[in-house]
Amino acid sequence: MDVKQCYEKIGGNYDDVMSRLRTDERIKKFLLKVADDKSFELLCSSLETRNIEEAFRAAHTIKGVCLNLSITRLYNSASALTEALRGKTEFDPEFDRLLERVRADYEVTVAGIREIV
Amino acid sequence: MADKHKHKHQGKILIVDDSELNRSLLADILDADFETVEAEDGLQACAYLQEHELEVSLVLLDIVMPHMDGFEVLAMMNRKGWIKTMPVIMISAETGSSYIDRAYDLGAVDYISRPFDERTVLHRVNSNYMLSIKQKEMSDLFSSQVYEHERDNRLMIQILSHIVEFRNGESGLHILHVSTFTEMILRHLLTITDKYELTPAQIGIICNTSALHDIGKMSIPESILNKPGKLTREEFEIMKTHSVEGEKLLRAIPYHQNVKLLETACEICRWHHERYDGSGYPDGLKGDDIPISAQVVALADVYDALTSKRVYKPPFTHEQAVNMIMNGECGVFNPLILKCLDDIKDKLKHELAVSSPAHDMEAVRENVEHVLKTSGAGVSDRTIRLLEHERMKNRFYERLSHEVLFEYVASPEMIVLSEWGADFLGLPEKILDPRSSKLATDVFEKDDFDRLMSKMFDTTPENPMVEEKYLLTLQGVKKWNKVIIQSIWSSDDEHPVFDGALGKFVDVDDETQELQQLEELAEHDAATGLFNHHAAKRRITKLLAEAGSKKYALVFFDLDNLKKANDNYGHLFGNELLKAVADRMKSNTRATDVCARMGGDEFIIFMEYRTENGLSQLIKRIFTCLTQPLGDFPVSVSMGIALAENYRGTYDELFHNADTAAYYVKKNGKNTYKFYSDIPSAD
Repeated sequence: MDVKQCYEKIGGNYDDVMSRLRTDERIKKFLLKVADDKSFELLCSSLETRNIEEAFRAAHTIKGVCLNLSITRLYNSASALTEALRGKTEFDPEFDRLLERVRADYEVTVAGIREIV
Repeated sequence: MADKHKHKHQGKILIVDDSELNRSLLADILDADFETVEAEDGLQACAYLQEHELEVSLVLLDIVMPHMDGFEVLAMMNRKGWIKTMPVIMISAETGSSYIDRAYDLGAVDYISRPFDERTVLHRVNSNYMLSIKQKEMSDLFSSQVYEHERDNRLMIQILSHIVEFRNGESGLHILHVSTFTEMILRHLLTITDKYELTPAQIGIICNTSALHDIGKMSIPESILNKPGKLTREEFEIMKTHSVEGEKLLRAIPYHQNVKLLETACEICRWHHERYDGSGYPDGLKGDDIPISAQVVALADVYDALTSKRVYKPPFTHEQAVNMIMNGECGVFNPLILKCLDDIKDKLKHELAVSSPAHDMEAVRENVEHVLKTSGAGVSDRTIRLLEHERMKNRFYERLSHEVLFEYVASPEMIVLSEWGADFLGLPEKILDPRSSKLATDVFEKDDFDRLMSKMFDTTPENPMVEEKYLLTLQGVKKWNKVIIQSIWSSDDEHPVFDGALGKFVDVDDETQELQQLEELAEHDAATGLFNHHAAKRRITKLLAEAGSKKYALVFFDLDNLKKANDNYGHLFGNELLKAVADRMKSNTRATDVCARMGGDEFIIFMEYRTENGLSQLIKRIFTCLTQPLGDFPVSVSMGIALAENYRGTYDELFHNADTAAYYVKKNGKNTYKFYSDIPSAD
């Protein structure tokens, strides 16, 4: 599977990322980094331990990374969670609901990236 | 795509972002053109800037980060003044205008919102980088041009005046001396009166053009100019025309007549032979009708003529020359100027002795630096070179010294260790959050470290030193070290601000151990190794003061037959007996008990006990053990015991009670023991 096909699969905008980052080679290099990035784990564990501030930063990082790489679907769900967490200190059950959406998109994204050859 | 082969720009780009991915994406984009450095959060960024301020030419800064966010970094850069020379471009997904406004208000030069694209990043970084480089280059260019201009100016005037000197057969230093003399007098004149309007720039012009004062001599026939011996009246009249001729020469220059430099040169040429009382030539001007420039140059000219060798006279000494001028032997001068001469004559003598063309160029440099400082043209290249030089010097000394050197930075709080020190301690060079670092907990005892910190915060600009001794753990070994700290305060302020501190560890382990051994020696009795009376009293007093609900007993005893041992078996045996008693005392007591020899044949034991019954058993055991025969010598002791249960008295009272009990034993047959509470009180 090439980069373009991968973007279709994971719900990203290939044309947009290409216009900004300019080469498949570079896009691929950073997609692989997304797959190895630990922000998602940090997000989950922070929510579990009710460290809302840390969770906000982790969600914010995922959102930023997706924005950079035009991974639109994951960006949208991470963005929703980020905004829900912004400025909060108390846990809200809503967070877990939003997290599940992020988790689903994240898993599809990572699986898709791993298929690039 | 950027050409991979072209040269990278000098200067590093600092990328500050908590996301590793974002950092490497930016680094990837910029790598072709720039060297990049990365920092994970604001604190790391500040730590890096603190040390590499001069190497970083641009900062890319994220906003949302742990520890210290982008706004806080900007605030810090403002406080440290870095923002003035280092452009900062914000990169963030936060596109709210309040975020952007706040970043601009804090001095950010540009704002790139995510998702960024390669061209935007490269373009903005490049243009901001070039802008700041150009600004710096311009300021360097400006300073070197001002310098060259000033230097060339002086050089031209010197060449001109040397031609005159050459023709006059005067010493090559005449011009220089006149100029130095003039400058010193004028500067001093400024400090004693404001009668004359003299700016530093005007003084500069007068000194420069003083070199031209004798230019009119070009039109005097050489036969008169260099005549050995006295001039006739007629010849002298011709000679005197050089002042007017000089001005004429200058006036003949067809342009720039209203330039201050030329104006001043004309004044000096025409009137440098006038005298304050009107007795000079060519115009017989009086008092301050003579321009101040000409008045001062006239004095300088006279002084230099007096102290130089001429065909018709030997040189006078500095002192003779000053005296002759003061006595009016060379005509009347402005009393204010004479006062100047009198005030600075010693300094003048020294300055003229060392003045040389090279020295003069030094003055040019000083002038240029003064000009640059007042015109506000940033930090020059030279300053940066000086700073770098200082840093290299420090590194060199650090490496040689083999001591742990450190710098404490107050904000953001961190400790920077010297390279050698970090290596020696096995710690990183930069220690963020020092209070909870390994330095505070592993090398220092935490309490010690906190104590050192608070001592440091207690310093004042008048009293900036801290010197404390701590037991540190260095490479797994506990060693006594002296920690010396000098705090640093920002200086250009009426209210100095604590900036941080410099410090080092000095290993004093050997001397401390020696001292402790000496102290120990001083506390112990030489013959037995027990505490002496003084040391025992100190320890017991302390234990009593802290006793609380603890119960203590003081046992006092003396050897009934030490004298007999000495007399019958010799002093060696006597010493052996003392030693044996001491050993028996130690083997029957705990380390926390106090065993001491009071002197002679008297001993005490101070011990804690729980029950009186237990104590009785213990005393009995000690007594039995002490009175075992030594060889076939029967050891006999008289012992008294005083209890300090719920005791509120002093050591001396307690001692007195035990002593009384022992005395009672001694009076009543010796070689047994008695509790103070058991002796008949009537005794």
